[in-house]
Amino acid sequence: MISKEHFKRPNNRLEGEQEPKVAALDAQDEQDLPVLVCPECKAAFDRDVREETDFVCPRCGALWQMSARERALWLADEGTFAEMDASLECADRLHFPGYAEKLAKTQRDTGEREGVVTGTAEIDGESCALFCMDPFFIMGSMGAAVGEKITRLFECALEKRLPVVGYTVSGGARIQEGMFSLLQMAKTSGAVMRHGNEGLFYVAVLTHPTTGGVVASFAMEADVILAEPLALIGFAGPRVIEQTLRQKLPEGFQRAEFLLQKGFVDRIVPRNEQKRELALLLKLNRKGADR
Amino acid sequence: MTTAYERVQAARQKGRPTAVFYIRQITMDFLELHGDRRFGDDPAIVAGIGRLDGRPVTVIGIEKGVETEEKIARNFGSAHPEGYRKALRQMKQAEKFGRPVLCLIDTAGAFCGIGAEERGQGQAIAENLMALMGLKVPVISVFIGEGGSGGALALGVADRVWMLENAVYSVISPEGAASIVWKDAGKAADACEALRMTAQDLYGFGMVERVFSEENGDFTKVCENLTAALSQEFAALSALPAKELTARRYEKFRKIGGDEV
Repeated sequence: MISKEHFKRPNNRLEGEQEPKVAALDAQDEQDLPVLVCPECKAAFDRDVREETDFVCPRCGALWQMSARERALWLADEGTFAEMDASLECADRLHFPGYAEKLAKTQRDTGEREGVVTGTAEIDGESCALFCMDPFFIMGSMGAAVGEKITRLFECALEKRLPVVGYTVSGGARIQEGMFSLLQMAKTSGAVMRHGNEGLFYVAVLTHPTTGGVVASFAMEADVILAEPLALIGFAGPRVIEQTLRQKLPEGFQRAEFLLQKGFVDRIVPRNEQKRELALLLKLNRKGADR
Repeated sequence: MTTAYERVQAARQKGRPTAVFYIRQITMDFLELHGDRRFGDDPAIVAGIGRLDGRPVTVIGIEKGVETEEKIARNFGSAHPEGYRKALRQMKQAEKFGRPVLCLIDTAGAFCGIGAEERGQGQAIAENLMALMGLKVPVISVFIGEGGSGGALALGVADRVWMLENAVYSVISPEGAASIVWKDAGKAADACEALRMTAQDLYGFGMVERVFSEENGDFTKVCENLTAALSQEFAALSALPAKELTARRYEKFRKIGGDEV
């Protein structure tokens, strides 16, 4: 498992430890405040800077975490993103203690029903099916609804003969849904396989952090696997490994650059290159006459 | 009434039979086949071919080991990527030669370590999930002890998933769940209940087709029961055209958590 620390939103200036009372503001209010602070270098910026710099800190170059919806709208050509299954949400089948409350609070804080946004879109004019996971929704965990939405997306892409572009960010399977979340790994893998068997293209972009059951299923099943610079990518989280082995991990372990070197990632692509590279990959992987 | 915590303890009990015991009891002429042809041979996974009631079958088992020295050699049944790749190689050969596949699952989880990450533990498991989903021969997975998360699922995408009475299967260890959700690893007993990880729970959810009695600890009898059931089920599944077999397998997993609103 990995820690909450891996899921940091670029903070509002007023959120920091110095002024804890303002941290209780709800998400809607935060959105209205004009200033944000880079969680890495602590420099303050105007909120509008995010879109202008592709959500990258202009001072230190840190990649700011993006919500699923921010990501989808940033990536898709203007006005082309058509969301699917927007109202789909999970059921608390196990009545896991505290889960219903946690889910309700997360939905309130994020304004999202679940941890992934799916739909169809165009990227530089190339049609595709798109999913973006949400780092702020229970640490991007995969519950039954996340698995269901991703499965439906691949099935829809198969029916419409569309390639799939998928942005992953996840702490792994959602504990509170027990085996219902674990088995989403099998379900999504089946959908990826069927889509691929029809000769359709799937490209994944692994963002910080992508771990656990998501790495051990659809994140690693793409035809082409891209990663964002410095993204933490691994099956086990670094803390679990340190606890198991009782030793410190080497610098850069499980980062995107490490996976590239070990042969598990095709390319590391900075934010401002992603749209162009994805569109190019979609074009190059088109079939025969469509080319 | 046996509690979930008692079942977890039973599944982990020292002296409980491990995969090799079942392989010996269930199959004849078993030949172990080693290696993944990529990196090495993982002793945590035992794979090979044998006869089950006369029929050639591929058997893949996660083996924890019995005595201390063997347990260490087998990494206590926590496989590395090369173990899952050895399993994949045997599954593909089973498909090539039209043999059904029997998986015996007993693991606390896939190994969490530096080498495992360097060699792509996540990728190895993911590849097995896809391969099993599309495998054109019958697959039956039997949980004989612990079913630890993705490391168990990597051999658990099957036409029939069966569990022994005290076997468990969970998204995370109860200790892990307690420390993450409640910040208190001491609440593992509560987590056992909350996770709904017993064979009986999972049967109730429709994730498991059959739960086998442990015959009050007479595991030789358990193996007799398993052999008869496996023989019958492999015969029935082998009669299905491959397309029908894989379509049914897909639908079986497709419907789990498929009624979200």
